[in-house]
Amino acid sequence: MKYIDEYRDSKLARAATGELARVTTKPWVLMEICGGQTHTLMRYGIDELLPAGVEMVHGPGCPVCVTPLETVNKAIHIASMKDVTLVSYGDMLRVPGSDTDLLRVKASGCDVRIAYTPMEALKIARANPNRRVVFLGIGFETTAPANAMAVHQARREGLKNFSMLVSHVLVPPAIRLLLGSDGNRVQGFIAPGHVCAVMGCWQYEELARDYHVPIVVAGFEPLDLLRAILMLVKQLEEGRAEVENEYSRSVTCAGNRTAQELMERVFEVCDRKWRGVGSIPASGLRLRPEYADFDADKVFGLEEVTAQEPPECISAMVLQGRKKPTDCPAFGIRCTPENPLGAPMVSAEGACAAYYQYRRPLGVP
Amino acid sequence: MKDNDSAACMFSCPAPITTYAEVLLGHGSGGKLSAELMRDVFLPALRNPVLEKLDDQAIVEVNGTRLAFTTDSFVVKPLIFRGGDIGSLAVHGTINDLAMGGAIPLFLSAAYVIEEGLPIETLRRVVESMARAAREAGVQVVTGDTKVVERGKGDGLFINTSGVGLVREGLRLSAGQARPGDRILLSGTVGDHGIAIMAEREGLEFETPLQSDSAALHGLVARMLEASTAIRALRDPTRGGLSSTLNEIAASSKVGMMLEEDTIPIREEVRGACEMLGLDPLYVANEGKLVAIVAPEAAGGVLDAMRKHPLGAQAALIGTVTQAHPGVVAMRTAFGTTRVVDMLSGGQLPRIC
Repeated sequence: MKYIDEYRDSKLARAATGELARVTTKPWVLMEICGGQTHTLMRYGIDELLPAGVEMVHGPGCPVCVTPLETVNKAIHIASMKDVTLVSYGDMLRVPGSDTDLLRVKASGCDVRIAYTPMEALKIARANPNRRVVFLGIGFETTAPANAMAVHQARREGLKNFSMLVSHVLVPPAIRLLLGSDGNRVQGFIAPGHVCAVMGCWQYEELARDYHVPIVVAGFEPLDLLRAILMLVKQLEEGRAEVENEYSRSVTCAGNRTAQELMERVFEVCDRKWRGVGSIPASGLRLRPEYADFDADKVFGLEEVTAQEPPECISAMVLQGRKKPTDCPAFGIRCTPENPLGAPMVSAEGACAAYYQYRRPLGVP
Repeated sequence: MKDNDSAACMFSCPAPITTYAEVLLGHGSGGKLSAELMRDVFLPALRNPVLEKLDDQAIVEVNGTRLAFTTDSFVVKPLIFRGGDIGSLAVHGTINDLAMGGAIPLFLSAAYVIEEGLPIETLRRVVESMARAAREAGVQVVTGDTKVVERGKGDGLFINTSGVGLVREGLRLSAGQARPGDRILLSGTVGDHGIAIMAEREGLEFETPLQSDSAALHGLVARMLEASTAIRALRDPTRGGLSSTLNEIAASSKVGMMLEEDTIPIREEVRGACEMLGLDPLYVANEGKLVAIVAPEAAGGVLDAMRKHPLGAQAALIGTVTQAHPGVVAMRTAFGTTRVVDMLSGGQLPRIC
């Protein structure tokens, strides 16, 4: 398959790992920010190919994992109401709320539907004027433009029965929090390619400068990651701290201006709670007041809802790269994809799910 | 759930969700949840030595004759899809379950549960397609039943087919017979059926030239058994895909498996669609493929025989049964690293991005 096979070529991978072994003289701790990148690392066993001493820790970039428990509870609450259709990205359905999840709510007869795009929810709203249709608008800067487009379009059409439960999060403030924390071990970052396709690289220049840390924007194929790791190690070995772009086939420095303008028009920056991490200032997006009629939090009066995380789940440490999923005493025993304690075990992008799916010690079924 | 119940739960201390009070769609996905239903609900109530083998068909002896007996229900949407329809699928599926037991399929039953309002023309098309599929496969539909349910109580049309076949003399195939060193053969590309169906689903429509691989496999099985009787087990990897089938065999035989990623045939169109949808082709359904566990010395001959048959032209040796890591299916990636190929937990869910 064109544009895929080139990035999964095992000969090129061997060349990259060979070069990596030659340039590495010291141990380095690197973090891939995006959960999609974590899954590629596990699926292809990239970490097994790295020189001893180059350690990958996994970042907070799983949109499903960091969506706060309150948002999941709110979605469950909304879905359980009469004459409401809740539309969501598929992998949110299995995320445990405080005592149930959307899959079970769906099984109990509530109208919960999976969509690949928020525009699908608009279609449902137009076709069912007697139902209130709510889209669960979560994710990083990657999904924000499409969600903004849906709300913008709904207002233009004067759709009265559509709203969005918005719980967007932003990558740079989370990285800033990690870099500023006492226990930080991360010396270089692989920035999330698709977030940067929207936002560009410029936001990361500030981070690289302020914390003297190298950052490489990378894609999601195994060779993207190997090359990004090589670029980071070269920078570290040479004492540089720059933003470099490995994913130039998708990412430009300025990013997608049209998408950014649309986000700017519909959303405003707010403080946001991250599941397992806590509240991070100016790390989220919410609907601007002029879009209040489409804000499910306001439409359903849910703004004051809060919730507590299960105490045993160490997702906070996992999402900050301080612990590996296998450090958790519940991993694979009391916490499995069937019975997850926390979101990182659920999502297709969660670090715990990646370890469980691809790396469970062979011999322990 | 009532509104006030869920509002109250928002403020309570969360506990892990460990038991299922209701059946979820995932219980029908052929993965771990389906296995749980079998273990916790069906087996305790219905247990007997034939059922507890959990093969795709029961082999029973009547007056010295060994018969294979199986049943399967079909709930596909859309009813008519590229490469087949629910009628042909219901014939192929049941024939294949018999064929995987080494049986020559003889007679089928067909029960139709029809939702009020289904166009007669659609029903006629499905029934004619069923007749054609049965004729081509050399089996007869000898009994049947029709029920109509109120509009909204069914999804257009559900079909159940049961089948009886004659087991070849002396032949014993079972998922519990895989031994270390055995070879794992696959009859062709995986994921074709699942992706062809998905391409036509509401909300997901995308253009693909792909067709369902729905086909009756008993002819292919006959060629394989002529080549060698050192075949230990046959399975058709339907819902849950190749990975679920291999995990089931590994669990029943208490053996491990090591697959070679490069050797598993997958069509470009399937790979492309899976990339786009965030799915893994190893978990996508097939309706015209089989997996064979074959003694090492017979593997070459069986593979040759498969490749000479039109339904096995792309057959491949995809791995080996191991003594190590019993119950776990592992795979060597193209990069020379190793990863686990787990059984699907529920259904595959489309990803956010």
